[in-house]
Amino acid sequence: MQPPQRYASLVEDPDAFRAACGRPLPSVVRVNTLKTSVKRAREALDAEGVGYEPTDWHPGVLKLDERGPGTSWPYFHGWLHGQEEVSTLPALALDPQPGEVVWDACAAPGSKATQIAALMDDEGVVIGNDNNLGRLSALRHNAERLGVTNLAVTNQDARNFSLKPFGDRTRDERRIEEFDRALVDAPCSCEGTIRKNPDAFEEWSLSHVEGVAGVQKGILRRAVDATRPGGTVVYATCTFAPEENEAVVDHVLGGDCELREWEPPEGFDTDPGITEWQSETYDSSLELAHRVYPHRNDTGGFFCAKLEVTA
Amino acid sequence: MSDDGTDSSDGTDPDAGSAAASDADPPENDSHRFDRLPATAGDRVVPGRPTRNEVIEWWDDRYGIPPSTWESHTFWERGNGKLWAFAGDVVSPVDAEGLGLRILRTRQEHWKPSTNAVQRFGPEATRNVVTLDGEEAARFARGDDQDLPRWDGDWGYVIAAHDIAGGVEPIGVGLYLHGELRSTVPKGRREDLRS
Repeated sequence: MQPPQRYASLVEDPDAFRAACGRPLPSVVRVNTLKTSVKRAREALDAEGVGYEPTDWHPGVLKLDERGPGTSWPYFHGWLHGQEEVSTLPALALDPQPGEVVWDACAAPGSKATQIAALMDDEGVVIGNDNNLGRLSALRHNAERLGVTNLAVTNQDARNFSLKPFGDRTRDERRIEEFDRALVDAPCSCEGTIRKNPDAFEEWSLSHVEGVAGVQKGILRRAVDATRPGGTVVYATCTFAPEENEAVVDHVLGGDCELREWEPPEGFDTDPGITEWQSETYDSSLELAHRVYPHRNDTGGFFCAKLEVTA
Repeated sequence: MSDDGTDSSDGTDPDAGSAAASDADPPENDSHRFDRLPATAGDRVVPGRPTRNEVIEWWDDRYGIPPSTWESHTFWERGNGKLWAFAGDVVSPVDAEGLGLRILRTRQEHWKPSTNAVQRFGPEATRNVVTLDGEEAARFARGDDQDLPRWDGDWGYVIAAHDIAGGVEPIGVGLYLHGELRSTVPKGRREDLRS
C-alpha cells in the first residue's frame, strides 16, 4: 500500500491527514539571530510591505503571506533564512549550548546547522558534514550568508565518520575526540515533503524505504558511538514510514543510549512515536519520540527522537 | 552554486591580473588545508603568510573595527592568501571543506574584505563606511557601479551601507575610485530590491 493510505491507521483523522497532504505549504522563514533581532527583522519586513504572521509557537519563525524570502532587504542582509517550519524542531530538541562541540551528520544545505550555530551564539564548534560534495557548496553559501563563524565543513560518509582530521588520537591539546551533541537529520524517503514535492508519493517504493533505513541505522549508530556519555543525539526525518523512524531508533537502543522526554514548544502539536507496525514491535520508550502529521500544525510531516548517550 | 569566492572575478579588483603571480596561484578549491595564522611576525614560518596581529590591525586601521571584536576568533589561511575567521580553535593544519567565514583576501597590495565579512562584522565599523540612500543601495545590491562624487573619504575598498529598521547596516564591499563606487557584490548574492 502506498502513502498516504499506508499511514491512515496511524492518525486519528485520516481524512484531514490526506487533505493536508494535498495542500501547498506556506512559505516560512526563520530569523537569523546571529545578525539581527526578531524585532528588527520584523520591522524591516513591515517597512517593505512584506506580509507575514508569526507562528503560534516560535516568535522567530514567520509565515509569509506570499512570495518567497529571496527578494527582500532583510533576506539580502542574511537576517532571514527560508526554512520549513517543522524543520526547526530538531535543533530545538538538540538544545546545543555555547562552547560545545556539535556534529551535524547530514548538514547540507544547512538550515539546521545554521540554526544550531545561532542557538550556540556562534561559540564552540559545529562540524557540518555531508557526503554529497555538490550540496556542500549550498551549505557553505548559506552559512556564510548568515554570518556563521563556528562551522567546520567536512565531506565524509557519516556512517564511518572520522575525527582524524581534527586531531583524534594525537596529543594535540586542540584535538576533538568526541561530540557533546549530534544531530542525525537523515536522508529519507521524504514522504513528509509531499506538500512541496508533489511527486514524493509517486516515486515511493518499499524497496527504497528499506534501503535507506539501512543507511539511517549506520549513521545513527556512528552518532551514538562518537558522542560522549551524557551527551545528546537527536534523530530526525521528514518521513512517516516507521521503518525509517521508530525501527531505526529501536535498532540502536540497548546498552549505550536511551530515549529522553522532550516537548516541542507550547502550541506545536505532535503525536507520540509508535511501538507496533505491521508485524514489528518496538521498545516502549519509542513513545517519547514525536510524529508530526501535516494536518496538526499546517506543516510538512516529520519525526524527531531525542536520545541520551549513557555509556 | 557559487560562494563568495567569485568576488574577484567581476573585474573590479584592482589587484586582479596586476601581478603575473596571480595567474600562477593554485585554484581556490585545490586545497582543503587550513593553516592557523601565526600570532606575530616573529612566529611566522611560511613566508608571506599574514599574521593574526596584521589582520586585526588592518580591520582597525581601515574600518575602525575594534581589535576586541576578534578576541574569540582564530584566523586561517587556505590556498594563497584567502583568510577565514573561525569562532573556535582546532588543530592546525586541518583538512576541511570550510572553516568559519571567509573574511579577507591578502597577499596582494590591497587586501580585500568579503561581502559576508562586512555584513557580519561591519556594523562595528566607524571609518570608510559609505551610507547610501534608497536608490543607491538598490543599485549597489544589483551589482551596478555608480557615480558617487559626494564621497570624500579614502579610495579603495569601502563598506557600503544603508539605513534599515532603525540602524545603519552594511550591504557589502564597494571599490571607490575616481568618483565612482563599484559594487563587488558577488553574482550569487545580487538581488533586485526595492529602493
